[in-house]
Amino acid sequence: MSPLAFDIAHLLAGSMVVVSFLLLYQDRITGVLNVFAVQAIILALAVAFQAWSQGAPHLYLTALIALIVKGGIIPLALHRIVRELGIHREIEKVVGVGLTMLVGLALTALAVIVVLPIAQEAGRVGREDLAFALAVILLGLLMMITRRNAVTQVVGFMSLENGLVLAATGAKGMPLVVEISVAFSILIAFIVFGIFVFRIRERFDTVDVHALERFRGD
Amino acid sequence: MGETARLLVLAIPFAAALLLGVIKDYRLGARLNATAAGAALLAAVGLLVFERPEPGIHFIVDDLNTTFILLNTFVGFTTALFSASYIAHELAIGRLTPRFLRFYHAMYQAMLGSMSLALLANNVGLMWVGVEVATLVTVLMVGIYRTEPAIEAAWKYFILGSVGIALAFFGTILVYLAAQETLGEGMPALAWNRLVAAAPLFDPRLLDVAFVFLLIGYGTKVGLAPLHAWLPDAHAEGPTPISAVLSGLLLNVALFALLRFKLVMAANPSALTPGPVMVTMGLVSLLFAALMLYRRRDIKRFFAYSSIEHMGITTFAFGMGGPLANFAGLLHMAMHSLAKSAIFMAVGHIAQVKGTQKIESLRGLGATHPVLAWGFAIGVVAIAGMPPFGLFTSEFLILSSTFARAHTLALVVVLGLLIALGALVVRLVGIVFGPPLGAREPARASYLPMFAHFLLVLLAGLWLPEPLVRWFQTIAAQLG
Repeated sequence: MSPLAFDIAHLLAGSMVVVSFLLLYQDRITGVLNVFAVQAIILALAVAFQAWSQGAPHLYLTALIALIVKGGIIPLALHRIVRELGIHREIEKVVGVGLTMLVGLALTALAVIVVLPIAQEAGRVGREDLAFALAVILLGLLMMITRRNAVTQVVGFMSLENGLVLAATGAKGMPLVVEISVAFSILIAFIVFGIFVFRIRERFDTVDVHALERFRGD
Repeated sequence: MGETARLLVLAIPFAAALLLGVIKDYRLGARLNATAAGAALLAAVGLLVFERPEPGIHFIVDDLNTTFILLNTFVGFTTALFSASYIAHELAIGRLTPRFLRFYHAMYQAMLGSMSLALLANNVGLMWVGVEVATLVTVLMVGIYRTEPAIEAAWKYFILGSVGIALAFFGTILVYLAAQETLGEGMPALAWNRLVAAAPLFDPRLLDVAFVFLLIGYGTKVGLAPLHAWLPDAHAEGPTPISAVLSGLLLNVALFALLRFKLVMAANPSALTPGPVMVTMGLVSLLFAALMLYRRRDIKRFFAYSSIEHMGITTFAFGMGGPLANFAGLLHMAMHSLAKSAIFMAVGHIAQVKGTQKIESLRGLGATHPVLAWGFAIGVVAIAGMPPFGLFTSEFLILSSTFARAHTLALVVVLGLLIALGALVVRLVGIVFGPPLGAREPARASYLPMFAHFLLVLLAGLWLPEPLVRWFQTIAAQLG
């Protein structure tokens, strides 16, 4: 593979990490949704590039699904839900932006330290993409922990899923699993919208998960 | 024939799920649910009886997963019988509507089917799919009552479960990367039997990191402390038949996935030995859950913590390894599945007749509902590891094998078991004896599945048949 192709693959995967950081400090739900759509579009590009460079046409399908579903349908649907619930200005955080960003940096460093030395034989593109993908996964986890709003937690989860798809497509020739994981992300998204958001709405008139925490079990 | 049996084990539950989704009459649905679960059990027996099909790229039938599938389909069947009488009551008091029951039955079969898929899979990617589908389906089931605590429990389960999903998947990708050099790209690099065969050639560092991710990912599903936070809530707030299959089956399936990867790790001499990590997590879960038992006020939560405790013991046994400890681990897992699901059947009926799950309101059960009280008492004595029940045998074997090799660890296990025993005795006395409280009308319960489980646990404690011992010994030897 030419050096240019390496650079493009790394540029796209690296941009996903940057966008994950953007997601961490968005303080409005609409902002979170827009940034998530951007991340999905970059994911689609990254996957399409992998499809081209690996000569694996079935990955184009994965890219297309990421583009249409995660980059289009889901953000649009969430925008509508958020508008209907009247929470488009709301946002809450547990820890401050500064601390969250610092933890995010530490997690990214961790991903690089863990993956780069171990995956030397896995090919250069695979190796660095894997480090970036792990960073996206960990940042998605961080977002799920630091946010208390049901919608933003779901976005955190889908961002994490983006990292998984990036990792799976970076592993050359990984069979079957890409399609399955994409099917899963769609399924999960629908389950979450259909069941949780509406049920939570129905019961509490809010989608703030804090409202649920009164019912701590003993 | 073996091939047909394998196909049927998978096809029956999924076909039944589709069919149950469209059947409007809930009585017919409940009957069909039990019939399908029974048919799957017969197919699973077929796996045992007929000649095994050759392991393919997607599926494999070996001693280990045949044991798990038999246990799974058996408990799936008896719980479906229990579920039929349980839901009739829920419908009568209006907690569930017929429309939700249709969904409930379809999801019940989908859950059994996806667990069989995880167990039969040779492809570790497919195994991941099975575990995850089962998890997502149970998330929906836990939230089915749509009460506030039920939604909270389902949400917590969903969030923590997804973290497990993600990390286990990342671990699977790393295993693929490790295997790809040796086994080539594509399907073969995910086939478990080939992974084990070729593992000595894999890069050990890659395998180490992969196992850490797999352990945290699947360990969340096993309910090992400190990754257990979802488990008590999910058990307490969902319908009781779901608590029974969650504790009895789904936790085992996740542990099974860990065992599969443990074998891959063990085949590579320079990779990390998974044993000590599993021993540590097992002991932490045992001690933590045993202490937590004292402060529970909800009876289903109480037994959910007891499940964490027993999964801890089982993980500890498999972590110790060696023929005796593995044998004891297998036996303990099977006995715990049978005893715990039967306890949840008793608890389900008790909560229904008393109209509450609060332990303090259940006092004097012996006076109001003697049969249920007997069932409950037998269950608690069995789960506490008292003779003459099967859990005594398995715990005794675990302890004696550990004393021979590391007596400090054995003392820790004894300590955990004694702490848990104290909590169980206190609760048993509190619930069965004392001045009766609450409703007195007779329970319309199905006692057969519950007492059938207890009978099996008792028989295993008194006498283990020779073929079963030899069967478990073979698997214990394979587990290394």
